[in-house]
Amino acid sequence: MCLGVPAKILETGDGAAVVELGGVRREISVMLVDDVSVGDWVIVHAGFAIERLLEEEAERTLALFREIAESDAFRNP
Amino acid sequence: MHDKILLSHGEGGKRTRDLIARVIARYFDNPVLSPLFDAGLLGRIGGEIAFTTDGYVVTPPFFPGGDIGRLAVCGTVNDLAVCGAKAVAISCGLILEEGLPMDTLERALAAMRDAAKEAEVTIACGDTKVVERGKGDGIFITTAGVGVSADGWRPAPSEIRPGDRIVLTGSMGDHQVAVLVARRNLALDAPVLSDVAPLGGLLLPLLPRFSGKVRFMRDPTRGGVGVTLNEMASAANARFVLDEARLPVRESVRGVCEILGFDPLYLANEGKAVLIVAGDAAEALVAALREHPYGREATIIGEVREGGSGVRMRTLAGGVRAVDYPVGDQLPRIC
Amino acid sequence: MNRSMKYIDDFRDPATAKALVERIRRDAGDAPIRLMEVCGTHTVAIARGGIRPLLSGAVAMLSGPGCPVCVTPDGYIDAAIALGRERGALLASFGDMLRVPGKSSSLEKEKGNGLEVRVVYSPLDAVTLAAATPDREVVFLGVGFETTAPAIGGAIRTAAERGVGNFSVLSSVRTIPEAMGVLAADPEVRIEGFLCPAHVSVVIGSDAYRPIARRYGIPCVVAGFEPLDILLGISMLLRQKREGVARVENEYSRVATSTGNRKAQDLIRDVFVPCDTGWRGIGVIRGSGLRIADRYASFDAEVKFDAPVVFAPEASACRCGDVLKGKILPVDCPLFGKGCVPEEPYGPCMVSGEGTCAAFFKYGA
Repeated sequence: MCLGVPAKILETGDGAAVVELGGVRREISVMLVDDVSVGDWVIVHAGFAIERLLEEEAERTLALFREIAESDAFRNP
Repeated sequence: MHDKILLSHGEGGKRTRDLIARVIARYFDNPVLSPLFDAGLLGRIGGEIAFTTDGYVVTPPFFPGGDIGRLAVCGTVNDLAVCGAKAVAISCGLILEEGLPMDTLERALAAMRDAAKEAEVTIACGDTKVVERGKGDGIFITTAGVGVSADGWRPAPSEIRPGDRIVLTGSMGDHQVAVLVARRNLALDAPVLSDVAPLGGLLLPLLPRFSGKVRFMRDPTRGGVGVTLNEMASAANARFVLDEARLPVRESVRGVCEILGFDPLYLANEGKAVLIVAGDAAEALVAALREHPYGREATIIGEVREGGSGVRMRTLAGGVRAVDYPVGDQLPRIC
Repeated sequence: MNRSMKYIDDFRDPATAKALVERIRRDAGDAPIRLMEVCGTHTVAIARGGIRPLLSGAVAMLSGPGCPVCVTPDGYIDAAIALGRERGALLASFGDMLRVPGKSSSLEKEKGNGLEVRVVYSPLDAVTLAAATPDREVVFLGVGFETTAPAIGGAIRTAAERGVGNFSVLSSVRTIPEAMGVLAADPEVRIEGFLCPAHVSVVIGSDAYRPIARRYGIPCVVAGFEPLDILLGISMLLRQKREGVARVENEYSRVATSTGNRKAQDLIRDVFVPCDTGWRGIGVIRGSGLRIADRYASFDAEVKFDAPVVFAPEASACRCGDVLKGKILPVDCPLFGKGCVPEEPYGPCMVSGEGTCAAFFKYGA
């Protein structure tokens, strides 16, 4: 019930923004998030940005995944 | 000539004759059609004959990468091609809604002419009817096509055996997404073009070149590759296993799918074919497909395995899931 | 397959998935740990990823009532059809609702009989539709959990601000933590860990699950919807069990926080009021619904049309209630695949493509 996708903000306007995902653009409402800027990443659900995606946190999670994959490769060469 | 289609254009009188002679015949100018007999005389045709028909009702009639006219020719040409037949002649049945702009009709006819030229097929006969405003969605086209299989290749699902490969000639979902975006009611701006194309030139030369190696072919239109593979597996009583990592999907088609919750496996294509090919010839056949403009992204997407029947897929996560028939057309979801 | 979508493909890497599966198997106990996910999107992601069989023996994945479409009572569908048929309303709906069966029909079937239903991607599109058709009453079918509640509320607020008086919502919003509580308390269900919904948690915050972890001693991990998120979330639950703790952890830290989206929560509090509501297959769960607040009554279709939705428990051989509670798997229901198939669904779990039974049917166990 929560289909939401990460998309990048290309333009901001009056309570709205244009986001882009894989070359696809759509205008969405940003009434649920504060102060979004061009270049920010947000999660889009049903035509609304429901929250920001924090790139540093994403990188941290990805680094954890890399660690897990590497330690597995070490166990199973 | 009027700028809109009127009921009288379909009533068989002078208006009808004018429409045919002054509009339609201008676009479909060939020796078979031009006498305007009640039937197109094709002469003797050598070889095994194949025959098919399809109706085209797409809305909107024009969309990025194609239109209803091109679709009407290519769809029928492709149904013949995947059965090993080169299209020789097609019919063009038009049902036009009263009030249809003449310009829309002419654009569709021009597109049919151009597609027929590319596919080297003659538009040999036709019919035109007009229905009252509100009783038809602008323009409907039905085409029937006659084709010839020169060297007698026939689809042979019973020849499919474990070790055969499943080949797809290019990316999935382009057509359906292009039409969806063109309908504009989802407010998506996506650079997707329909893949509508005639595939006779791509597929038919492969059959003698890879003689005995191509078991079965189909074009994955409505319901996409997912439905087509289920039909093929059923016809062959075979087990197909796909590799999710190898499915070709353009980035912008993926973008639309992620946003709306669509599975690209079930999206319609109009310029692609699925082939079941003997294992020892698949790579060479893919290389041959890639030599052609309509086959540049051809790839092996799976294989035929022992035991059971139906379609499965090895997922990116390393698991296996069933790829079954969908219930109906996919709808945008939030769940 | 094109693999360059940022923050999506990174979380689908096969090598990492394999490593996580092995980690889960190493941490597994003698008996499979019973974990429940309560989100239809998780149900589908797990089914599409073929994850359940990958973990068999180590993890028993239970599917809870996390599909808002599935738990919407058939009385709601009947009410929507009636608004269209008898009151001339133009219905706007998410695609998910089209094939849900009411007592005798569905929106899709009624379309064949002339019912006007438009599929929309966003509730705001329904407001736009209403503004463009001022002579028609547009009713939006507002179905969802806390992820969608702010969007539905946002549409109501937008309609109010713009004076779009011919717009209203037939609300069917439910909230997750109360349902989790009912399941956690049920001794027959025996949940040892909750995989908590990503985007519900983005709105309500992971702290919302602390009472459940504390009261029932059940570990809770908020996990994203990509395969790696799900596998890491499961791994985190297993590790908590090994440590003998019951905490709330957040795997989806790139989006979800402990306190959630305050702005969205404020909007929900402005537009909605908690209420008791019925869940198809389960019954009434106290405080688990959101109805439209009185100050927005003119946008509440039940009030506007004086057509309250009636909840009546179903009586049939359908065992959706037990499937939704994770007590049985779809294959254990006598109707599964026989009287009940995706084209002709009997009960809620087969209804939505994302229902547990539908997912089992379409993707295999």
